[in-house]
Amino acid sequence: MLAAALAAATLPNLMHAALCLVLALLGLASFFFLLGAEFVGLALVFIYIGAVAVLIVFTILLTRRDLGSEHGFKWSGVLIAFAVFGGLTWAILRTQSLSIIPPHARALTVKRIGETLMIGYVWPLQCVGLLLTAALIGALVLVMEEKR
Amino acid sequence: MTPTLQAFLIVSAALFSIGLLAALSRRHAIFILIGIEMMLAAANLNFIAFWRFAPPPHPPTGVMIAIFSIAISAAEAAVGLAMIIAVYRHYRTTNVDQYDQLKG
Repeated sequence: MLAAALAAATLPNLMHAALCLVLALLGLASFFFLLGAEFVGLALVFIYIGAVAVLIVFTILLTRRDLGSEHGFKWSGVLIAFAVFGGLTWAILRTQSLSIIPPHARALTVKRIGETLMIGYVWPLQCVGLLLTAALIGALVLVMEEKR
Repeated sequence: MTPTLQAFLIVSAALFSIGLLAALSRRHAIFILIGIEMMLAAANLNFIAFWRFAPPPHPPTGVMIAIFSIAISAAEAAVGLAMIIAVYRHYRTTNVDQYDQLKG
């Protein structure tokens, strides 16, 4: 999964990078399954791979004329990323209370997720629905042809 | 053997750093969006891992946050790609270094 993510970040060909992103997200979904959050893993597969990846591929195809031109690569970004990774790993390895094994938990069924969403999280759910609607309308307005 | 919380956190940190690398060092607008998506996914992995390793009576709060975060990142991707297409129509390029004037 990490190799696919690294390939998605560094491959020069945009289409290969998008396909590697799909591979990396599949690996991430398998991590979610491993952690016992099956619903979130499935949602990740549906939303990211089914919708976002297809959207990215469409955008690549729509902006295809630009593919041949040279895009620069800034090495300072690599430096900053390595510094952030080193700092985070150092902090994680130094914290003793993090080396625990998972407690035995009862399975998180979709029924329980639905009950929690509908009882405790009604307002956030409505807000997310409103946000998605606004984002879709905004995206449509953005790409609408300008009247001349 | 079951992996510890540390292993998941390190994987998440690595994914975040790779996303940061993509967002900072590539000059292509779509790559920057891909990097942002990867960073959001790493944050989701952190939420799920901390939820799983919490002491027993755990309400599914981490899962809820992850679900909402996935929904918000989908909205962000839609708007971001629409912006890339709109700017591409104007400039005929997707290199962010050449977007030197974004005034109406």
